[in-house]
Amino acid sequence: MTSKTAELLKGAAELFPDEVVTQAHVRHLDLPSGAGKFALITLDNGLDHTKPTTFGPASLANLDAAIDQVEKEAADGEIKGVGITGKPFIFAVGADLKGVGQLTRHEDALAIGRGGHDVFKRLSALAVPTFAYYNGAAMGGGVEVGLHCTYRTVSAALPAFSLPEVFLGLVPGWGGCALLPNLIGADRAVSVIIENSLNQNRQLKGKQVYELGIADALFEGADFLEESLRWTSAVLRGEVEVTRAEVDRGEGWDAAVARGKEIADSKVHGAAPAPYRALDIIAQAKNGDLRQGFEAEDSALADLIMSGELRSGLYAFDLVQKRAKRPAGAPSKELARPVTKVGVVGAGLMASQLGLLFARRLEVPVVLTDIDQERVDKGVAYCHEEIDKLLLKGRVNQDKANRLKGLVTGSLDKAASFADADFVIEAVFEEMGVKQKVFAEVEAVVPEHAVLATNTSSLSVSEMASQLKHPERVVGFHFFNPVAVLPLLEIVRGEKTDDASLATAFAVAKKLKKSAVLVKDAPAFVVNRVLTRFLGEVLASIDEGTPVEVADRALGPLGLPMSPIVLLELVGPAVAHHVSQTLNAAFPDRFAVSANLGRVVGAGKRNLYVPGTLEIDPAVAALFETGDTQLTEEQVRERALNAIAEEIRLMLDEGVVAEAQDIDLCLITGAGWPFHLGGITPYLDREGVSERVTGRRFLEPGTASVPAA
Amino acid sequence: MPRTARDVVFVDGVRTPFGKAGPKGIYHETRADDMVVKCIRELLRRNPDLPVERVDEVAVAATTQIGDQGLTLGRTAGILAGLPKTVPGYSIDRMCAGAMTAVTTTAGSIAFGAYDVVVAGGVEHMGRHPMGEGVDPNPRFVSEKLVDESAMFMGMTAENLHDRFPHLTKERADAYAVRSQEKAAKAYANERIQPDLVPVSVRRTSPEGGETGWGLATADEPMRPGTTLEGLAGLKTPFRAHGRVTPGNSAGLNDGATASLLAGEDVARELGLPVRMRLVSFAFAGVEPEVMGVGPVPATEKALAKAGLSMDDIGLLEINEAFAVQVLALLDHYGIADDDPRVNQYGGAIAFGHPLASSGVRLMTQLARQFEEQPHVRYGLTTMCVGFGMGGTVIWENPHWEGNK
Repeated sequence: MTSKTAELLKGAAELFPDEVVTQAHVRHLDLPSGAGKFALITLDNGLDHTKPTTFGPASLANLDAAIDQVEKEAADGEIKGVGITGKPFIFAVGADLKGVGQLTRHEDALAIGRGGHDVFKRLSALAVPTFAYYNGAAMGGGVEVGLHCTYRTVSAALPAFSLPEVFLGLVPGWGGCALLPNLIGADRAVSVIIENSLNQNRQLKGKQVYELGIADALFEGADFLEESLRWTSAVLRGEVEVTRAEVDRGEGWDAAVARGKEIADSKVHGAAPAPYRALDIIAQAKNGDLRQGFEAEDSALADLIMSGELRSGLYAFDLVQKRAKRPAGAPSKELARPVTKVGVVGAGLMASQLGLLFARRLEVPVVLTDIDQERVDKGVAYCHEEIDKLLLKGRVNQDKANRLKGLVTGSLDKAASFADADFVIEAVFEEMGVKQKVFAEVEAVVPEHAVLATNTSSLSVSEMASQLKHPERVVGFHFFNPVAVLPLLEIVRGEKTDDASLATAFAVAKKLKKSAVLVKDAPAFVVNRVLTRFLGEVLASIDEGTPVEVADRALGPLGLPMSPIVLLELVGPAVAHHVSQTLNAAFPDRFAVSANLGRVVGAGKRNLYVPGTLEIDPAVAALFETGDTQLTEEQVRERALNAIAEEIRLMLDEGVVAEAQDIDLCLITGAGWPFHLGGITPYLDREGVSERVTGRRFLEPGTASVPAA
Repeated sequence: MPRTARDVVFVDGVRTPFGKAGPKGIYHETRADDMVVKCIRELLRRNPDLPVERVDEVAVAATTQIGDQGLTLGRTAGILAGLPKTVPGYSIDRMCAGAMTAVTTTAGSIAFGAYDVVVAGGVEHMGRHPMGEGVDPNPRFVSEKLVDESAMFMGMTAENLHDRFPHLTKERADAYAVRSQEKAAKAYANERIQPDLVPVSVRRTSPEGGETGWGLATADEPMRPGTTLEGLAGLKTPFRAHGRVTPGNSAGLNDGATASLLAGEDVARELGLPVRMRLVSFAFAGVEPEVMGVGPVPATEKALAKAGLSMDDIGLLEINEAFAVQVLALLDHYGIADDDPRVNQYGGAIAFGHPLASSGVRLMTQLARQFEEQPHVRYGLTTMCVGFGMGGTVIWENPHWEGNK
């Protein structure tokens, strides 16, 4: 190791006190078929596969020291080649981001990039060929260390391979942006670095890694390392010649970068810098000058590490990876009661979707009930058809399909069907009187311990429970549409809900594979309250005279998944209108009911725009009665953001959720709000909205932001 | 239904390099089932003409059938090796003759017409499963003196064998052991062993055994080339004070796996599979458990009688060297010299190691190689002693035999 690299890494190591250090073990072996001595480096953090191997400064220093050793052996002619692989099931999953989130100085961030480059690029400069054996999960810097090797093999059993940096707010900055397009061509590199990353961090499997040309050979998991070493022997003996497809360095390269920009625009709408920085480096890498490419990576990495977007991305990643799995305020798991049968009141579309989800995930009998046989039959038929679709797609086999279909039945007789149900959820018409009546009927027939859940989106759970003999068993169980796609489940604790019922609800949520967040029984809970407040401000601007198109573009710079009007259309004007009425009743000062929205609903219109366009439907425009106050996009944006900040502060003060983190988690998992905003509160802090409106930040400096040096 | 027994042939055999059992051994952190899997996959790779769905059975032997050697190893290893789920499998146990019994049992079934092609092999990870792990001998063995207490301890039975045949001295045993090491080293130098070894990736996390990280086992770990009589003379006799059995003149405690491919000869011809040995006869026989090492004698007598052959007809012998004295007892019975060139040409278990239930197939694999290079030989045999007083012998015919030219 050069003393410069050593110093760099030592300095960085002091900034990463909690690093889980990866060892780089060097072991020597005889290659099969007499190809000679070989040095194999194993990356291993000494923990099992649930704690994947990462690279922090001390880990890089260990790899550097291992390369010192093999470099000398290679120079002295003692070894014929060098390999690098991982512990069982894991190759390496990249940089230790825990430490990155604590950096306060640009120069330290720069050192991270340079440190990785300085170590990794030595693998391409040894006196002997180097081989990476991607035996298991490889991400980010893990992928990159292999890209610096002369050859690569990959296991067909490898479950996850990605360069997820852009997804988090970084660029693949240890060689990924410069090396990958030069290895497999810019178009494929854009797919891996930009497209997969921005598609909810989509992972490649081993076979795809081979087919993309990233790996030179593919071997099955059962004897992956043995076959890789045999192949290595054959390559070194000249028995196998490795050929790679020629890279298109002409127009194809430029077209690929342009395609990458389109993907980035469609996903982050220019609001997050990372994908664009990555594309700049890919564009530059066309000249094949790796040194230049690595320098560009270093500076992009340093800039991004010091950006609020990346810190928000890391914060958001932590929320969905950790907080979503251990919901704040959930009672002890031990209190949960087993759920061996589920009742669903209602057999409409929502109820049927819930029935299907419960049957699939809990694999217990699910009985749908409704007011007449026709509705019941329709609900059950829906579930059975959906199961048949799963069968056709190969998602379940025939036995499983038979089992699932057998689980979903319908009945008009609640007394008989629910007598042994442990969990009954209602999804009937959104009206308090109707729901109270349903619960009273259900309570009369279910066992003492049964939990009664409501899928209400805005009604008071406590009020719904108030007339029951056992209100302590009622919980809110609020799903988001489409139920199968959005992970969020708001679990609402009513005034009298007891711990056992709540614990049961959380246990059920976990089995349903939903991210549950505990919410107080407050009007419209979290996501709908924030969205309704924000939509309300946009609609009010329109009502007051701002053109629809202007108001709808106002939030563009945030890079939200969809514009306000498109969101309104997705939710459905009628539902949005109803929720706004509920919230208006609760908080008339802040939640207006848009008269124009009322007219749209009254006219039975589902869309404001001509379908497929961003042009307002003339029939809708004709319904509108507006004032003459025209706001600019900036003014609408400020108004909407101010309102969101005010509302979230009030929600936190009311104790709707435990912390701002829960609101962000809800918005990420229930509304698809992006990582670079960290949900929303990091963005509001970053832009100064929180302080301006509420006099204080939502999060401490350093949480989802760059702390003061 | 009229039935015709058909000939059974040995198509191919492979094994892992054998390791030393214990924390310093190469396989200390390697699972036994994985070792079997690597062997099965190597067999399939080496015989691409065999459609995998034509395998009718996977019989895998292990003495201690618990943990990674439990769970009906033949079945689980088949699935882990990527054989179609339609291929069944089972586990089998006759202690040291496990793999040999896997071969004879499935071969009998091939002859009967129940199977066309089988995988038969064995494994013993004596590091993970020390001899005697979890055993619970019936107390009647001792109370009714059904067997001597020494019968449970193989080293003691070898000492008993020296008692029975006083002329089989420690010196003769040591001299035999030195030759076994020499022959094994020579076989290695001549590349006779390596072609049938499956390289196995081995992980080491504890520095006690050497460099850590992933490595590759490509050679037998127990071998001690350069072993001398003088060196052996000073070794301890762990089974009896001033005894004769030492770690030098017996096989050690080892880890390893083997697997072979057997087929009906007609099927092998149909599929274009190599025919490397033809099964002639086999027999197992029991002896007093306290002198189990003499087991190969009656087993060989029986097998020869069934084949209508005499020892004069046997051109090559592969005898498992659990203990040198046990080899000498067989040779002595037939009046064969201790250093007869027909015997264990590549050396034996004293050099390579003896992972109990796996060893039978190692003998066959080595005999098949010798058949190939010695077409003047028509018959050979593989034989071994078995714990609790047994012996097993399989007689094979050389398909390369060129006749009485």
